[in-house]
Amino acid sequence: MIQFVNICREFQVGEERVKALREIDMQIKDGEYVAIMGPSGSGKSTMLNILGLLDHADGGQYLLDDEDTTSLTEKKRAALRRRKFGFVFQSFHLVPRMTAAQNVELPLNLDGILPRERRRRVGEALEAMGLSDRANHKPNQLSGGQRQRVAIARATIMQPGVLLADEPTGNLDSKSGHDVINTLEALNSNGITLIVITHDPALGDRAQRRVHMRDGFIEKDTSNF
Amino acid sequence: MRVRDSFSFSLRALNGARTRTWLMLVALAIGVSSVILLTAIGDGARRYVNDEFMNLGSNLLTVMPGKLETTGGQPPILAGSSVKLTIEDAIALTRSRSIRNVAPITMGAAPVSYQQLEREVDVIGSTASLYKIRNLEMNVGRFLPVGDASRGQAIVVLGAELKTELFGNKKAIGERVRIDSQKFQVIGVLKKEGPKGMGMSLSDAAIIPVATAQTLFNTDSVFRVMVQADGPAAMARAEKATIDILRARHNGVEDVTVISADAMLETFDTILGTLTVAVAGIASISLAVAGILIMNVMLVSISQRTNEIGLLKAVGSPNSQILIIFLLEAIMLATLGAIAGLILGYTIVLVLAAAVPSFPISVPYWAPIAATSTSLGTAALFCLLPARRAARLDPVEALTG
Repeated sequence: MIQFVNICREFQVGEERVKALREIDMQIKDGEYVAIMGPSGSGKSTMLNILGLLDHADGGQYLLDDEDTTSLTEKKRAALRRRKFGFVFQSFHLVPRMTAAQNVELPLNLDGILPRERRRRVGEALEAMGLSDRANHKPNQLSGGQRQRVAIARATIMQPGVLLADEPTGNLDSKSGHDVINTLEALNSNGITLIVITHDPALGDRAQRRVHMRDGFIEKDTSNF
Repeated sequence: MRVRDSFSFSLRALNGARTRTWLMLVALAIGVSSVILLTAIGDGARRYVNDEFMNLGSNLLTVMPGKLETTGGQPPILAGSSVKLTIEDAIALTRSRSIRNVAPITMGAAPVSYQQLEREVDVIGSTASLYKIRNLEMNVGRFLPVGDASRGQAIVVLGAELKTELFGNKKAIGERVRIDSQKFQVIGVLKKEGPKGMGMSLSDAAIIPVATAQTLFNTDSVFRVMVQADGPAAMARAEKATIDILRARHNGVEDVTVISADAMLETFDTILGTLTVAVAGIASISLAVAGILIMNVMLVSISQRTNEIGLLKAVGSPNSQILIIFLLEAIMLATLGAIAGLILGYTIVLVLAAAVPSFPISVPYWAPIAATSTSLGTAALFCLLPARRAARLDPVEALTG
């Protein structure tokens, strides 16, 4: 359960201060499928960064499962990111020198999970993404779609409650993009909260809920129900 | 992250950037090996001088004409002095019970020839006592005979090298050599001393009775008087006796300088010991340079790995973990660099030791410890700044940057 109460975020750009988010109030329930849409500069990326605790708000309250995250230490925020969120990026962000399996294993490493348990979970995750035969390939030996599926495996390996995807199909051709979206939606139907940023209306329309943003405001918040 | 996982992550990162890793390893290895090498040479010099003094014989006092004053004038070591020491002075010293042996020495360079072969060598005039004082050994024949030092005979003892140069493998005993224009009979050949001698090598010298040398060099004085005390305990008494006897003989004026070899040795030992540490300090500069190189390369590496740092933060590494990863990289590098440097340094020292056996080169026990800890220290210190910068990167900027 995600709750934004009067969330504000400003940036200094040159001389002027730009208000990226203006007093946003929003709730996202567990298991929702939300598309955050809007033109570039509308504040949707800032929203996602704050949602994922990569960035913090200048004002307002962010309650994550009823816990106020505003005053948490850096270390606790890192731990929350590790356990509650999975990130999927437009440019994949795989570590180039590590194999697919090692990339997927990284969050488990950071959480201090034992090697045997790690191997089992990585194996399962790659299996679920249909990438078992690519486990020992480096990212540059994988296709774009395969790379994004490795990234999804990494994002879900800690079994987080929320999956945050920032333009997950932006660097993919339409077929791989389709596969990736299907994968994400399958995860959502298994109960994960899926929040996708996109400016592609076709992609946005697939979500049950669409949040349209403009100039730091929520312009429109529509649901299929 | 578990400790082992941190290590393997850092190791993989080092392995992932081979050129960078090699560059830093080489820099560190050069630094460490130069500390090892330079301290080994410095300490070798100290031992060399030590050995030389041992060679001079023990419980030795050197008497030089002229008083070493603290004000004005040149020290008697360098300048000639109007004050003269004579053979009689030397003989007078033997009367003291604290003194075991006394050898007057007159020195000069003169051509020594045998048939067509001629060598310009040091000709040393002394007495039978020089044999004991300098711990000499004969190869064949005998040394200068004990007797009246003021009586000069035309006899000569040849240094080992000089004998070979003039006679080759032929027998030298009983032959006559010419020194300047006088003929001398060879009565003995010294045993090869090994390539030592500190300006007083007797291997390439001819030794003749002191009175003969005075005639040869047309002087009535002696250059030095070597005094051997009657054991270490008698050193102070021997020194006092020497000064007292000579003062009495020189109309109550204290006009000689007495130097003990032990005191000189101590001085040299201190000077060269300090020099070794100083040289080690200079060598550590190369480690500091390596440290700055590490810092630069780390900064470049961090800017290349900004995305990776952003990702690590996104998947939940706290800042401290990122700091640890980068510091571990530096420390592992420094450890490997130090090991490589130690191997390189010791190898060069071994090669040098084999190539120049006369120079007692050896690594002082503290050098590897100092080199390794300095290398680890600089690596950690110079990496701290880049690592902290990495740890503090803003995750959003790092991911987009």
